[in-house]
Amino acid sequence: MGMTIIEKILARQSGQDRVRPGDLVTVNVDTVVMFDNNFMDSVWRAVLHVIDPDRVVVAFDHRAPAAHVASAAAHQTGRRFVEKFGIERFHDVGRRQGISHVLVADHAYAMPGTVLLCSDSHTCSAGAFNCVARGVGAPDIIYALTKGETWFRVGETVRYDLEGSFNPAVSMKDVFLHIAGTYGGHETMNVEFGGPAMPQLNMNARRTLTTMGAELSAEFATFEPDRILFDHIDAQNPGHPAYEAQYPDEDAAYADRRTIRLDEIEPLVALPDSVLDNSRPVGDLAGTAIDQAFIGSCANGTIDDLESAARVLAGRQVADSVRLIVTPGSQTIYRQAAKSGVLSTLVEAGAVVTNATCGACGGGHLGVLGAGETCITASTRNFKGRMGDPSAKIYMGSPATVAASAIKGTIADPSEFLGRED
Amino acid sequence: MEYEGKTWRFEANINTDLILPSRCYYLPPEEQINYIFSANRPGWVDEMSKGDIIVAEPNFGMGSSRPAARNLRLLGVACLVAESINGLFYRNCVNFGFPALECPGVTDAFTEGDVAAVSFEDFTVRNVTTGRKLEAKPLPDALLTILMAGGIYPLLEKEGLIAPTETG
Repeated sequence: MGMTIIEKILARQSGQDRVRPGDLVTVNVDTVVMFDNNFMDSVWRAVLHVIDPDRVVVAFDHRAPAAHVASAAAHQTGRRFVEKFGIERFHDVGRRQGISHVLVADHAYAMPGTVLLCSDSHTCSAGAFNCVARGVGAPDIIYALTKGETWFRVGETVRYDLEGSFNPAVSMKDVFLHIAGTYGGHETMNVEFGGPAMPQLNMNARRTLTTMGAELSAEFATFEPDRILFDHIDAQNPGHPAYEAQYPDEDAAYADRRTIRLDEIEPLVALPDSVLDNSRPVGDLAGTAIDQAFIGSCANGTIDDLESAARVLAGRQVADSVRLIVTPGSQTIYRQAAKSGVLSTLVEAGAVVTNATCGACGGGHLGVLGAGETCITASTRNFKGRMGDPSAKIYMGSPATVAASAIKGTIADPSEFLGRED
Repeated sequence: MEYEGKTWRFEANINTDLILPSRCYYLPPEEQINYIFSANRPGWVDEMSKGDIIVAEPNFGMGSSRPAARNLRLLGVACLVAESINGLFYRNCVNFGFPALECPGVTDAFTEGDVAAVSFEDFTVRNVTTGRKLEAKPLPDALLTILMAGGIYPLLEKEGLIAPTETG
């Protein structure tokens, strides 16, 4: 039997002809991404040696600008580290600021067929670049920085083939909610995406899906490589190193092979506390009152997400009872939105648009939920207590669904504002 | 390496926000541990004793990469035995030196309060109260070496790659 994409990359990077599910492999790490939390006093260990500073990216994102003295101290430690080892790919607070996974994508720091590590669980985001990209722990990052390698358990792979095209009010977040709601957790397994719909899926859409791979508890999430990926890399990272994109073998052994028909997906919402086996059609929840609506994070802070929200909000107003918070994924996206007019549309409607950071998604700052409040979010995670007080309820939907809900003051179907083809 | 202690039962998909909530993220680790399970099982940190063992349903540790495994170790939990352990959390268990095993059938074999004996030599889990014995999934040698060393940091300290400190 042949190998899946993940198996081929792991074999290549561990210097073997093949790997099989159940193997434990030691692989070369091509890219190490660090962020502000790595430098917090409670986890940071002073590194005395970096194997190759050119493999490192540092981005302050979880709380940027600093939300309190402890995060300011982490930023200071990070700046000293960058200075000491001469890290060039550094994204401090300012013009180059953004969420690490968004920056990795928009600067095309991840090359197809390579291994990328970061100690944030949504690192699987870079799987859209045909990478083995994994969220690891802080010790793994320091190990990879100093030794240039890491270990992985090889799991079985589930293949998803995407077919057809989206309904107007539907986006990739709904596809994710469909997968999580239908198939539940994918712990110990990898997910591989491909199929005939790929020519219609830009890098942002693909990345929403791979980023949410963390919420499926998948080991790795990856996409087949294609021209859209190669053109994106050429455009965003001229002078990039040579790479060898990896395709699955025709006779690759999958744990399961599932077809997702995009035309059949309707706007979905996950109920609070978990996304696993927890999705409902938005209509089932219509009328549920909300206090806050959030659009942002590494999963939904792209220019496409902001535009989607703006299409719903154009010429309309956020309900008086709702706080709509929009957090772009990077300052570059923020500037794009400013130039295109999307930013004006959002703030005219009553949204508060924040600087680019993880923000409310992680409950750290810029929209923390109070006791008993209800939020609908287009971000990564809806665990109990994730965005603030543990008694707050967090529903999850697409940026369009969140925007529609912000207008109504209750969970609402975006189809009403975006029309339907049928 | 063998641990014997009183067991506490936890349901499926226990996530890292429950173990290490973001609202205490910036406190020193010795204060963070007071918030463990404060959202889903308030008061547990005072009820448990050092040396106790967690027995859990599938996918324990779902969620973020935050050092939740380290905090269970710092609280004094001897080890974790779960039907399955989330991949990222499993890494953190090994790499922070918190002993953890995957053992299919373990939740059927234990009622909360039963005493467990967990061996990292022959990878068995024994219910001392009922006498029932289960086979756990063996930890690969390479990972057992890291775990026995107390995690990655002590290994890197020995090689002079990071500066020694007292924090786990």
